[in-house]
Amino acid sequence: MPAVTQIVRLTVNGDLREVGVPMHFTLLEALRYGLGLTGSKQGCDKGDCGACTVILDGRPTLSCITPVFEAEGHAIVTVEGLADVEGPHPLQDAFDLHGAAQCGFCTPGILCSAAVLLEKTTSPSRTEIKEALSGNLCRCTGYSKIYDAVASAGQRLQVEAQLGESGR
Amino acid sequence: MPELLGKDFTPPDIRGKVTGAAKYAEDFRMDGLLYCRLLTSPMPHARVLNIDLSKALGMEGVVDILTADEVPEQPGAATNILTNEPHFVGEPILAVAAVDETIAQNAIEAIKLDFEPLPFCVDPLESLRPGGPNAYLEGNAVVPRQGVQEFKWTAEDFEAAGEGELPMGEPTAEWSYGDLEAGFSEAVFTLDETFVTASNSHHSMEPRTALAYWENGKCHVRGSTQSQSFVVPGLANYIGIEPENVVYVAEYCGGGFGSKGSAYPTMAIPAHMSRKTGRPVLMRISRAEEYFLGSARPGFQGRIKMGFREDGRISAVDLYIVQESGSNGGGGDMGAAASSVSIVYTPLAMRYRGISVLTNTPPRGAQRGPGQNQIAMAVEPLLDKAARQLGIDLVAIRRINAPTNDSRYGANRQPVTSAHLRDALDIGAEQFAWQERRARSGQRDGSKIRAVAVGQAFHSAGSSGYDGLVRITPDGILHIHSGVGNLGTYSYASTSRVAAEVLKYDWDNCEIARGDSSLGLPWNLGQFGSNTSFTMTRTNYAAAMDTLSKLKEIAAMEFGGSAEDYDISGESVFNRSNPSRRMSYARAAQRAIELGGAYSGHTVPDDINPMTARAVAGLVDTGLIGVARDNMGQRGMVPALAVGFIEIELDVETGKVEILDYLGVADCGTVNHPQGLATQIKGGAVMGFGMACTERLIYDNVWGLPGSVGFYQAKPPSYLDVPSEMGWAAVNIADPQNPVGSKGIGEPVMGCSAAALLCAISEALGGHYFNRTPVVIDMIVNAHSGQPQSHTPLQVNTQ
Ligand code: FES
Ligand code: FES
Repeated sequence: MPAVTQIVRLTVNGDLREVGVPMHFTLLEALRYGLGLTGSKQGCDKGDCGACTVILDGRPTLSCITPVFEAEGHAIVTVEGLADVEGPHPLQDAFDLHGAAQCGFCTPGILCSAAVLLEKTTSPSRTEIKEALSGNLCRCTGYSKIYDAVASAGQRLQVEAQLGESGR
Repeated sequence: MPELLGKDFTPPDIRGKVTGAAKYAEDFRMDGLLYCRLLTSPMPHARVLNIDLSKALGMEGVVDILTADEVPEQPGAATNILTNEPHFVGEPILAVAAVDETIAQNAIEAIKLDFEPLPFCVDPLESLRPGGPNAYLEGNAVVPRQGVQEFKWTAEDFEAAGEGELPMGEPTAEWSYGDLEAGFSEAVFTLDETFVTASNSHHSMEPRTALAYWENGKCHVRGSTQSQSFVVPGLANYIGIEPENVVYVAEYCGGGFGSKGSAYPTMAIPAHMSRKTGRPVLMRISRAEEYFLGSARPGFQGRIKMGFREDGRISAVDLYIVQESGSNGGGGDMGAAASSVSIVYTPLAMRYRGISVLTNTPPRGAQRGPGQNQIAMAVEPLLDKAARQLGIDLVAIRRINAPTNDSRYGANRQPVTSAHLRDALDIGAEQFAWQERRARSGQRDGSKIRAVAVGQAFHSAGSSGYDGLVRITPDGILHIHSGVGNLGTYSYASTSRVAAEVLKYDWDNCEIARGDSSLGLPWNLGQFGSNTSFTMTRTNYAAAMDTLSKLKEIAAMEFGGSAEDYDISGESVFNRSNPSRRMSYARAAQRAIELGGAYSGHTVPDDINPMTARAVAGLVDTGLIGVARDNMGQRGMVPALAVGFIEIELDVETGKVEILDYLGVADCGTVNHPQGLATQIKGGAVMGFGMACTERLIYDNVWGLPGSVGFYQAKPPSYLDVPSEMGWAAVNIADPQNPVGSKGIGEPVMGCSAAALLCAISEALGGHYFNRTPVVIDMIVNAHSGQPQSHTPLQVNTQ
């Protein structure tokens, strides 16, 4: 029997979207299969790797273990929503510049975790970065370039804040 | 002075990775898409007696079921696409296609299967005992040229080995050089050590999803592979069609580390299912399934006898390896390990013997530094043991044994293209302040002990004879057609820049055609074996040189004189003695189309691969075509050599090891892409740390069940396990057999870090050598407190 679907209303990247999904779907499945937002990745499907991390009400959240119905009424940001009309998020530019994405499969989740960190502080210490990203596995980069990229994105946000302009 | 090479650049595909726009195999959707799930074996070895599909086929939403009888059978011990005699837990038996994944999975639960359990084995040595279990009904070893055979050692072989020593019965592989006996009699110090290295998973972050559909007689496949063109013949074979009827798309690959270098059996399942159903089919592989299907590094049970002269020079090596080769006898690791010893330590005499034993565990295959990295972990700490005994500095003992440009490699005593391991050691020792740091090595502060150590590793890193293809279109754009693949290292892009360099192009006017065979991609070696930097700089150079000749010929036809009278600059070709006679590349491309023939792809060189010829045929009259086989010749093996320097703090109460600092140094020829090299060194280091201290596959001896089917069990390192900053350096001496001096490096940068970490742990423990990987924390605590270890020396499948 095809599973019974139900309409769920999700606020994703600022847009209110309605999508019919089976009751048992996770938020990740709803994003990927229901809404076609395939930027968030399925690395393990059980909360181990962080590839599926999205931002839910300002918190990094593993969408693969979040039932979709629990996400209703909350603000969801995925990697596709990190950029805004003025341009890419400074993290995205920094990852480019520092070569912090190799195969790129872990990158969307890491960017979401890092974006939340930079909302809290634009001058995170290496330890703060380590703690904020400790739930995001990466097999390729050896992590150190990711630290560099996050730190440099933070610096750019600081400069922008000092200049009192968005700059992006 | 190169304009592009040696400089960092932004690879064209990175933007898609940071925006989420990059499409990996599992990100494609199509109208009418079916979803496929696998019914896999719950037993390590069994025969399927009966399959009852009736209930599953009657379920709403189930479209079809594919069984082993409907797909081509693979020869010998090669892993089948689907099978009625599974040889490991998790081996696919059949596939179900349904309108969604949940239905497919529910249908699998509704299928009734009757199995006959068969004998199985998860320990190679047990299998070699007289009367020991065989992984296959036909036997337990893949014997060269004879297939699967039963191969047993005698009771005397086992008795002859001392307590905890590897028995050494008849091998299936063997070679030697030099006078071994004389070598050992020359030695003032001899080691004879038994060791075990555990098997471990590749942990590619993207599981091996594939999507397939058929259109106009061609099978279109979107897959997750490191390689592009190299995948096509194998994939065609699995599907049962000709390579020209495969359209293969692999624009992005979420990591492979050797496990996705070639076509693999499961990627053909959606193709077969799509042919059967007439609809596109997507098959997503779960992380747990990846531990079964994704292959793994073969484990070793080995023994090495090494003779040292007083000055530390290694006079003789006698190496024996029993390789755990899983269900497919996969991986040439043991032979590669032996060859690695022959070049990293250049022993004056050496004998190697090995036997590859089948077990009922996942298929084995190449993982980053296959063989070379296991042996680096086994031998490097023993080098330290000898150095301690002989009173020689740890760097000095490596220097005295290190290869030079005149060294020879492996059984055939092949020459090498270039070897600068000594330079790497010297650069590292200086940058790491080796002497200063060594002075504090062994110092204790409370429960913590500092240790400073060094490790080395090698990989054969380059090949030749593949094709290059570039094209200048009438808009002046240089299209570099790359068939190598996109593993994520950006070497597809850095090697493409060679063509732009030769033709003095502005990089902004270059585009790389890649990731989709319908774009016309040449026959290239796969993106594995650290070979891309050497192999594909040569192919792109060859194609660019062909383009350069054609540009000059076209200009000579237009302005008179001969091709030799012409040169290039500013994306135009001009007469040297009369520079006003100048033709832009764009105009030359238009002229090439008018001229036809070889200029615009109507004819191609006889020696290029048929795949390249087909690629050119699809590009005829689109511009000036430069196409050539790399006929530059290659004398000898291309050694990639790497050294890692490490400082750690080991807590003897908890067994925790903190890596305080790490410096990786590469002998990779001329550095072509500094940022890419840095990431290889650091990324490889972290993989190495995991292999040394946490990662392993475990199988239960009683039931043959896997104990590591998730990241949290198999333990790849996270941010919390490794330093946030690491250093890197390169020897940066050109390899003479590469037109731009490059050679590869991706694999030994992992082995040297693993070796360095293991050496440092032994150093911190005052010279306790585990002869085993991974060295987990309880082993460290036991070693320090004088408690016995919970494993016996040759035991496998341990914590
Ligand atoms: S996919 Fe969600 S944590 Fe791995
Ligand atoms: S870039 Fe490949 S897993 Fe992080």
